[in-house]
Amino acid sequence: MQPNEALLTVDDLCVEYRTPRGPVRAVDHVSFSIAHGEVFGLAGESGSGKSTIAHAIMRILHPPAVITGGHVNFSGDDVLEMDGDELARFRWRDVSMVFQSAMNALNPVMTIGEQICDVIQCHLRLSKADSMDKAAHLLDLVGIERSRLAAYPHQLSGGMRQRAVIAIALALNPPLMIMDEPTTALDVVVQKEILQQISDLKDKMGFSILFITHDMSLMVEFSDRIGIMYAGEIVETADAHDVFNNPQHPYTRGLMSSFPSLVGPKVKLTGIPGSPPDMGKPPSGCRFHPRCDQAMAICSLQRPALREVAPVHRAACHLYELTGVTPRTERGTL
Amino acid sequence: MRYVLRRIGFYCVAAWASLTLNFLMPRLMPGDPASTIFARYRGQLRPEQLEAMKEAFGFNDAPLIEQYFGYLSHAVRGDFGISISAFPSPVTTVIGSGLIWTLLIGITALVISFVLGSMLGIISAWKRGSKLDNIFPPLLIFLGSFPFFWLAMVALYVLGFKAGWFPLRHAYSDRLTPAFTWPFISSVISHLILPALSIILVSIGGWVLGMRNTMINVLGEDYITLASAKGLSTRRVMFHYAARNALLPNMTAFGMALGFVLGGQIIVETVFSYPGLGYLLIRAVSNLDYPLMQGIFLMITLAVLGANLIVDLLYVRLDPRVRGS
Amino acid sequence: MQEHANDPAALVLSEDKAKPTSQPASAFAARFGWLIAILRNPKALIGLVIMVVFVFTAAFAPVIARHDPNKFVGRPHQAPSAKHWFGTTGQGKDVFSQTVWGARTSLMVGFGTGLLVTLLGIIMGMTAGYFGGWIDDVLSLLTNVVLIIPGTPLLAIMAAFLAPGKFTIILVLSVIGWAWPARVLRSQTLSLRTKDFVASSIVSGEGHFNIIFREILPNMTSLIVSGMFGSIIYAIGAETGLSFLGLTNISDVTWGSNLYWAQNNAGLLVGAWWTIVPSGLCVALIAFALAMINYAMDEITNPRLRAEKELSNVFKQRSTLATPVVRAAKRGVADGR
Ligand SMILES: Nc1ncnc2c1ncn2[C@@H]1O[C@H](COP(=O)(O)OP(=O)(O)OP(=O)(O)O)[C@@H](O)[C@H]1O
Ligand SMILES: [Mg+2]
Repeated sequence: MQPNEALLTVDDLCVEYRTPRGPVRAVDHVSFSIAHGEVFGLAGESGSGKSTIAHAIMRILHPPAVITGGHVNFSGDDVLEMDGDELARFRWRDVSMVFQSAMNALNPVMTIGEQICDVIQCHLRLSKADSMDKAAHLLDLVGIERSRLAAYPHQLSGGMRQRAVIAIALALNPPLMIMDEPTTALDVVVQKEILQQISDLKDKMGFSILFITHDMSLMVEFSDRIGIMYAGEIVETADAHDVFNNPQHPYTRGLMSSFPSLVGPKVKLTGIPGSPPDMGKPPSGCRFHPRCDQAMAICSLQRPALREVAPVHRAACHLYELTGVTPRTERGTL
Repeated sequence: MRYVLRRIGFYCVAAWASLTLNFLMPRLMPGDPASTIFARYRGQLRPEQLEAMKEAFGFNDAPLIEQYFGYLSHAVRGDFGISISAFPSPVTTVIGSGLIWTLLIGITALVISFVLGSMLGIISAWKRGSKLDNIFPPLLIFLGSFPFFWLAMVALYVLGFKAGWFPLRHAYSDRLTPAFTWPFISSVISHLILPALSIILVSIGGWVLGMRNTMINVLGEDYITLASAKGLSTRRVMFHYAARNALLPNMTAFGMALGFVLGGQIIVETVFSYPGLGYLLIRAVSNLDYPLMQGIFLMITLAVLGANLIVDLLYVRLDPRVRGS
Repeated sequence: MQEHANDPAALVLSEDKAKPTSQPASAFAARFGWLIAILRNPKALIGLVIMVVFVFTAAFAPVIARHDPNKFVGRPHQAPSAKHWFGTTGQGKDVFSQTVWGARTSLMVGFGTGLLVTLLGIIMGMTAGYFGGWIDDVLSLLTNVVLIIPGTPLLAIMAAFLAPGKFTIILVLSVIGWAWPARVLRSQTLSLRTKDFVASSIVSGEGHFNIIFREILPNMTSLIVSGMFGSIIYAIGAETGLSFLGLTNISDVTWGSNLYWAQNNAGLLVGAWWTIVPSGLCVALIAFALAMINYAMDEITNPRLRAEKELSNVFKQRSTLATPVVRAAKRGVADGR
């Protein structure tokens, strides 16, 4: 395997929730890839389908979710073609995940130690004592006292529970970790601390990360490359600093202006007017057009394709399809 | 520990309440209770029986409050007086003979229906949407709608009377004397099957449906998703993650179910003339043996409280959150 | 990838129009939507039909039954025939008439107790849940004590002390039966109390009475109704059991006393199955009907069970282990187990 070859390729992925009121297409022809050692960020408003993508990659979406198309390629194997046994081997050993709500992700009636050990025992066939050793080591890594192996989730603070969940995700040292808003429920200090820790671990162990958050400042700081999602679609992908300095899609610009820049000049926070569409019946054409201040006639008629607007910078917007001009507004240089 | 102590405190209150109820009940009867009760015997009783009765109720000329404390102190010492119908046996002796049979039948039926029902509920939740899962709930509800004793009568008629597979009454064959021998034990088992079966049939549906519903709720939790994301085996996810959590609310329902099943059991015992406390109670009621029926009522209440305490202890073992600090 | 355009103006308009009407409708739907949903649920419908049939039978018993249930009308233990549809009892009474008249008393005791139990449950449960503090402590203790003391032996003894009769039974069953609904309603009241709309009414100084009956009670209707059905099942079952044991007034015709007489006249031992089947089946059917309605209500009002139910229209067999991949155009289902 070449070092520059992608570790994970998601290609044209479509996911539907088949509700009684009709199908809700929560992920619509989404494509992206993650290279070895890369941190790929997925950002977007709540309900844009980020978690759905993460869960679809591991095939752990519950009914009524159905994957209706596309491919998820993990170092040569298509996850969507795997049967039960292949999936059981693929899960956690190849891709692990830190869940959005660590509070609910731990089994309340098992100790932290048991919950780390069972995945080690199941995949690596280690003895109980060996896996306990390994579990203790993992707790060291994420900064929890070893003695907490015997603790139950309710005996830990929120931050500690989050770390425990990260320890579980690290257990098999997988090449890819999905982190779905790993720190949203925590206060800012703990948030920074944990992210720093993840970053250090990543440098040490060399895994890739699919990082999901709607906190744009964290995202830009933490990721190498970013995909911006709107209503089930990726509307822009670029290197993190490009997204920050030079956002192309009007939605991205709105997102970038809805949080205060820590370092840049003072800009007026405008945010994005309106609210995300009902995914059961999304707007025609470009899904963002009802909220877009630069909408044109074509925007309600035709869906723009994701196309290169600058080197390794792609956006799906009619502004660039028609003229290919450089964007009108630009955020002040850093 | 705190949790268990609190529960024990509660059971003490409940025991006290039923003692008090026992004391009050004859005194709530219209008119003068003593003479009303005694009038019912219409001179059938020997004077010493009458005396025993008065003694048991604490009926004397003392003020009510004094009678009450007299009664309480007797009860605490395990003295419930003399049985009228089995004169001159003390009530406690009569109760002792019935208790073991009631426990045998109750524990057998309850454990089997709980374990089997919970297993079926787990499977039904796991395979939900399948044909089995669509037919099962209504069928079980239907089965559970029959009065316990009615199923018992039908079972008695079909399997005992017509087919002759099982004995019709009593706890063991009249030709045997209780001993720890195989003929006796097998006789006890064959006498146990029909009454236990009718209790199991009626009560199992509740466990299946309760477990199924809590399982479905638990299966939507994040920790189940995490468990399956970990690539654990289906069995491990089902039992260690889902079932262990789904069991907890059902355990708390156990106490309530206990009273319900026991109520059915009392009547089932009567149908089979099974010499447990239920059978004795109904006999005592029809013989107007007041001391005996009150003693049995207290005994049954204590058994229920004890069983609940055992369930509480189990619950503490299963749910670390109540263990507390 | 082209899609037909909708007129954006029309879209906005229709959204605007939809809003104001949907607001009150959704508030109503949230409270009473289950009533409508029930009428569409086959399980509930089966239950409702059975129940209506029984209520009708009980109401028109004198018309439906051709014989006096207490009269000697033929030879004892006659098998069912055109003359006696359900045969005769060991005392030569008409089983069909007894069953029909039995519905009357049994349902009366059932519904009477159900109502009284529900009333008591509402008062105790809501008082405890709403006022909290020591009131809650005392009432909850009382509720739990009543719940744990086994009811049937207590009933048996009470029956021995009190003069037997329909109204005694209703009263006694209610005194013992209120605790379960009280407990359920208490915890629901507790959780409703913390909801915004109740909290704001409390802050705005509305009277307790108003809050309890205008804000909280209407939001518990489905619980109250299912609690009442549960109580009716309990009452009919208990009445049948007590009558079967001969602890009630056995000259009243109820399903339970029918079974008592069948047992006492050795109905089964002479093979007269028809003396016990009708009454037992009636008890089972009415309990089944009410339980089915309750089961359906649970499916409708419990969000996860409801989701489950709705899913069954889309998926046949489901497993939570792997998300199915359904490629639209090509093969059918490539389900990963
Ligand atoms: N079980 C479900 N049934 C129907 N629709 C669902 C279901 N789960 C999610 N959705 C819809 O799918 C869309 C995507 O949800 P998803 O959880 O992936 O969003 P998200 O981007 O992770 O949001 P958040 O930032 O809030 O976590 C949402 O519009 C949501 O309404
Ligand atoms: Mg999410």
